[in-house]
Amino acid sequence: MSEFALEISYLIASICYILGLKMMAGPKTARNGNLLAAFGMTLAIFSTIFLYNDNGKLTNHIWIFSGIAVGAVLGWLAAVKVQMTAMPQMVSLFNGMGGACAALIALVEFPKALEHMEEWNVLFMSTILCGLVIGSTSFSGSMIAYLKLNGNLKKDIRLPFYNIINTLLIIGIIGLTVCLAGNHIEATDFSLWAYILLAAASLYGILFVLPIGGADMPVVISLLNSFTGMAAMFGGFLYDNMAMLTGGILVGSAGTILTVVMCKAMNRSLSNVIFGAFGTGGGAVSASSNGAEQKSYKETNSSDLAVLLNYSQKVIIVPGYGLAVAQAQHVVHEMEELLSERGVEVKYAIHPVAGRMPGHMNVLLAESNVEYDKLVEMEDINAEFSTCDVVMVLGANDVVNPAAKEDPASPIYGMPILNVEDAKTTIVNKRSMNVGYAGIDNDLFYRDKTNMLFGDAKKVLTEIVSELKNL
Amino acid sequence: MENIITFFSQDGAMEMVYVIILSIILGVQIIESVPAVLHTPLMSGANAIHGVVIIGAIIIMGKADPNNTLALILGFIAVVLGTLNVVGGFVVTDRMLEMFKKKPTKNKE
Repeated sequence: MSEFALEISYLIASICYILGLKMMAGPKTARNGNLLAAFGMTLAIFSTIFLYNDNGKLTNHIWIFSGIAVGAVLGWLAAVKVQMTAMPQMVSLFNGMGGACAALIALVEFPKALEHMEEWNVLFMSTILCGLVIGSTSFSGSMIAYLKLNGNLKKDIRLPFYNIINTLLIIGIIGLTVCLAGNHIEATDFSLWAYILLAAASLYGILFVLPIGGADMPVVISLLNSFTGMAAMFGGFLYDNMAMLTGGILVGSAGTILTVVMCKAMNRSLSNVIFGAFGTGGGAVSASSNGAEQKSYKETNSSDLAVLLNYSQKVIIVPGYGLAVAQAQHVVHEMEELLSERGVEVKYAIHPVAGRMPGHMNVLLAESNVEYDKLVEMEDINAEFSTCDVVMVLGANDVVNPAAKEDPASPIYGMPILNVEDAKTTIVNKRSMNVGYAGIDNDLFYRDKTNMLFGDAKKVLTEIVSELKNL
Repeated sequence: MENIITFFSQDGAMEMVYVIILSIILGVQIIESVPAVLHTPLMSGANAIHGVVIIGAIIIMGKADPNNTLALILGFIAVVLGTLNVVGGFVVTDRMLEMFKKKPTKNKE
């Protein structure tokens, strides 16, 4: 009876994940979708604790509940305290936790399986080992992605021949997994081999993420997300557990498609992201040659800009990561409202990969109550730049770099960009003339119609708002 | 090859294959219809869902021999990490989506 109840609750949980993910696809139902998925998860967890029966009920309830309590408090605190701008690295951190969990499960099951298995079962062992390898790769990779996004690891460290080293390492890991699963290794201590495999897979995760540039981090996180999904799927295999199986596969396949969608938005292939890191080869050369010749640019100040904005018909704001870092989402909304009151048409142009994750800017601007329909996606707004008076680029760089259209030698050539240079005037707000995340110079800054406005986005915008109020 | 055939002739193995293939198709279908603006919350929501791996950790913990300290400690850590993934994932996603929800109340004003 209890087994039947458990299966039913797993079925309900799986339906909750599917409907939850589906509801997350629309802005109106998204929040309820998330709650529905969370409800399914809670149901699956508690029915496992109380109903699971495999030659005897589960014991050690004190350990289980204290573990859940510790994890829940820490997870809740971390999630509530985190700044909206730090969201991407938080997702990466939680993803790593899931990967580590999957790896630990495999680590515990491995010696147990060796003890209890009467006959060598290749598929059972493969399942454990795949969970171990994918889980630990996902964990170490996510931690590196976390450190990179959090600014603890600033440089893109590249070992010489890192592509060759990584390829050899992955071949070694696969080889060792196959040998262990097929019982081809004559060894007295199998557990030792499991630890070696764990170490190799963790090392691979580190080496895999290290050389990838910050601009590609969202793609990597999404990929690691689907990795953890697959690790959960192997866990589902291991325990014949439908809730783990459906949840894991859903995330595995959805994560993979999401990764591909993100790559498409940047007009790059997945292999290009993984194997050809940004800013190498041609990119580095063109950046240094550009740096040699001192090009001139025009500078403006906030009071002139306030006047210009006040008498414009149409203004388009291009938000980027600089806006997020400066926490300027509220003050930009204040400026937008002031201008709208005076009859200026204001829109936001959202590049698919603006910020550090697709949709990052939408989340930030929604936080400060910017209306949903003022956020216009790239395909729809690109035709409008030629009809607008002022474009304000706030802390964005690579997504407005005309080199993506004009310079085939540029590493970002082919990436769809916002055509801000079509506007009558382009204002670029940056903290300095430094290059963006892709590490390349931006010709836009030196054009005749471009005016640079240096300073922290929040400080500059606050000045503009007070100037506007005085006009 | 033999192994594969033995595997699929096991009880319930074919059912699992059904579940896997249908779930893959479902996952693909769901994502393809999502507007780019919701990609970040969706990634975060999916991230929380793979926290379902915690069920494995609970099973380990519940079946662990109370005298096997290593298994207890590893299982305990696994439960903590899994819960972090689930709770943190859902709360972060909710915080992101909360912002999208404010709009309708604003329109009524």
